[in-house]
Amino acid sequence: MGARPKVAFFEFTSCEGCQLTVVDSLQTHPELLDAVEIVRFREAMSEKGDDYLIAFVEGSISRASDEAQLKQIRERAALVVALGTCAHLGGINTIRNRQELQSVRRYVYGDKADWYETYPARPLSAVVPIDAVIPGCPIDRGEFVAVVTALLQGRKPWLPDYPVCVECKLKENVCVYQRKQTCLGPITRAGCDAICPTYGDGCEGCRGLIPNPNLSSMKNVLAEHGMTADETLAKTTLFLTYQMMELEAGTDG
Amino acid sequence: MANPSFRVDVHHVTRVEGHGNIVVDVQNGELKQCDLEIVETPRFFEAMLKGRPYGEASHISSRICGICAVGHATASLRATEKALGVEPSEQTVLLRKLNFHGEMLDSHILHAYMLVAPDCLGVGSVIPLAKAAPDVVMRALRMKKLSGDLCAAICGRHTHPIAMTVGGFTHFPTTAQLQELRDRLVAMRSDVDATVELFQKLKLPAFERETEYIALHKDDEYCFIDGKLVSTDGGEWPIEKYRLVTNEFLVPHSTAKRTKNQRQSYMVGALARFNVNHAQLHPRAKEAARALNLAPKAVNPYLNTVAQVVEIVHCVEDAIELADRLIKTGLTWRAPVQPPKLSGEGTGACEVPRGTLFHNYVIQDGWISGANCIIPTGQNLANIEADMRSLVPTILDKGQSEITLALEMLVRAYDPCISCSTHLLEVRFE
Ligand code: SF4
Ligand code: SF4
Ligand code: SF4
Repeated sequence: MGARPKVAFFEFTSCEGCQLTVVDSLQTHPELLDAVEIVRFREAMSEKGDDYLIAFVEGSISRASDEAQLKQIRERAALVVALGTCAHLGGINTIRNRQELQSVRRYVYGDKADWYETYPARPLSAVVPIDAVIPGCPIDRGEFVAVVTALLQGRKPWLPDYPVCVECKLKENVCVYQRKQTCLGPITRAGCDAICPTYGDGCEGCRGLIPNPNLSSMKNVLAEHGMTADETLAKTTLFLTYQMMELEAGTDG
Repeated sequence: MANPSFRVDVHHVTRVEGHGNIVVDVQNGELKQCDLEIVETPRFFEAMLKGRPYGEASHISSRICGICAVGHATASLRATEKALGVEPSEQTVLLRKLNFHGEMLDSHILHAYMLVAPDCLGVGSVIPLAKAAPDVVMRALRMKKLSGDLCAAICGRHTHPIAMTVGGFTHFPTTAQLQELRDRLVAMRSDVDATVELFQKLKLPAFERETEYIALHKDDEYCFIDGKLVSTDGGEWPIEKYRLVTNEFLVPHSTAKRTKNQRQSYMVGALARFNVNHAQLHPRAKEAARALNLAPKAVNPYLNTVAQVVEIVHCVEDAIELADRLIKTGLTWRAPVQPPKLSGEGTGACEVPRGTLFHNYVIQDGWISGANCIIPTGQNLANIEADMRSLVPTILDKGQSEITLALEMLVRAYDPCISCSTHLLEVRFE
């Protein structure tokens, strides 16, 4: 094997939970450390390299001044990978996109609101083209290893296009709807091994929508299980705000 | 260098969580500027919680920080439970404590071994450390793995817990799982002893500055969840009166709010907890403190890491005892306690790895109408700056690179969690 490919990690608006999950997967897959050379990982090391082949970028873009840095990363890297839901779909940061920006700033910073720059949170792909995504909030360790392996072999990483329900049934979980809870498993992209229903909680859609989700039938199911329109809106805007707003814009125009 | 002029400008301090810059400006031997700038993008979590159903709050707020996700979830649940009059069962309380130890251990091991130890051993990061001292790194990874497995068994995963909910849990570990974890914790004691030995050898800068230390306190246990606020300057406050302690204010060079209490600044975190609560430590942790020469009241901020090592000993011992109790009583599947009312105000407080964390919610008809979160790093920022301003004049005769390292190590000793303090690190010398 020749020189190991150089990889770098970057973060924008995020909780750094996905990068921590990367640290965890390196623990269980130390062979990855032999396969790549990490030139930049601010959370774990002081060295800062600017020469890299693959850039893993965590976090959503939530202010205009972050765009230049992302564009620079795009120029330098051959492959840009969105690491986690924040980077892939805007994530939890997009909850506030449905609120009026000035009121959000004022609520947190009062009359000092203007000191702080912000705009509606967006995924990386709204700013630069992305080569691959690793979904989830946080990412799944196994999937991270699989995606990195595919990229190193020059393959396009595979992501399931079927819903979480499929994995959930394979695990023989009791459906949470039978326990009077609600779940977005039918419209959410699988790949997490249905971890939330397995731990007794409904899927919150963190991995994003499957292709062509049947949203109206999902809404009917939620209504049948006693959810009000407001509650349904809340449920579908925890991680899915950006996708939902895009779909709404699409049907209106 | 009688009257040196220089500027320290560290853009994005590494090996801390999130972004911050250190800016120091010395002209003709006089300190003109000494700031810790927080350059993290504002996150607006309080605004995000507003208008959401109460049941989502712990899942949203755990996303404030990937390292203290369990801590945020726990403080969030306590705030909601107090607002809605929910009394969690004893089993829930015990499971939450055990889960909490998993996160405390994970975070302290990460900080002490991966972030601080390289400075002390003179290497840039854990990666060269892995080559220089592979056994040390393997030990850290082993201990971290067990901590993570503990959280995973109880709440599904450490970063963004799943099974923790208002009034209880939605999933329970089996007795066999608990027994296995308990046996592994007992086996971990030799790694814990080796950790104490390692940190006995490490040389930390001798710098002292008196300050106020604040931590949650209970008379009958080393407190991490609930309790009351106690200061080493005297004074105690119920959690509900947290605003009397924190007194938040904003400064223009940072997106993070700062706090002060009885002085210009105060400190929270492992060293503050040790100074306030050393009497409640497990006997083995007290023994470790003696071996590490850590005695209350310790006023060298670099010792925060040593206090974390003492807490590692405590958490392992207490986790073994908690597991024993749960195994003895036997875990039973219990549905979460349902709230008797859907409106009210509540404050939850926990000692997360970096210090005291507050969540305060106002809930109306099941929807959050007001939220306030005060995180530990925000409380420590003013104190870190006060330390920097007191430290720099004493080391002006050292070269720029030594000063930079001393400042970076100082900031890192606080284990700042910057991504969540934006409601921080670079050193810039000019
Ligand atoms: S996707 Fe989730 S875990 Fe990952 S950085 Fe964003 S909030 Fe954190
Ligand atoms: S619990 Fe959710 S993911 Fe599982 S089968 Fe039911 S709806 Fe589908
Ligand atoms: S079950 Fe749903 S919310 Fe949970 S990890 Fe999977 S996609 Fe995300």
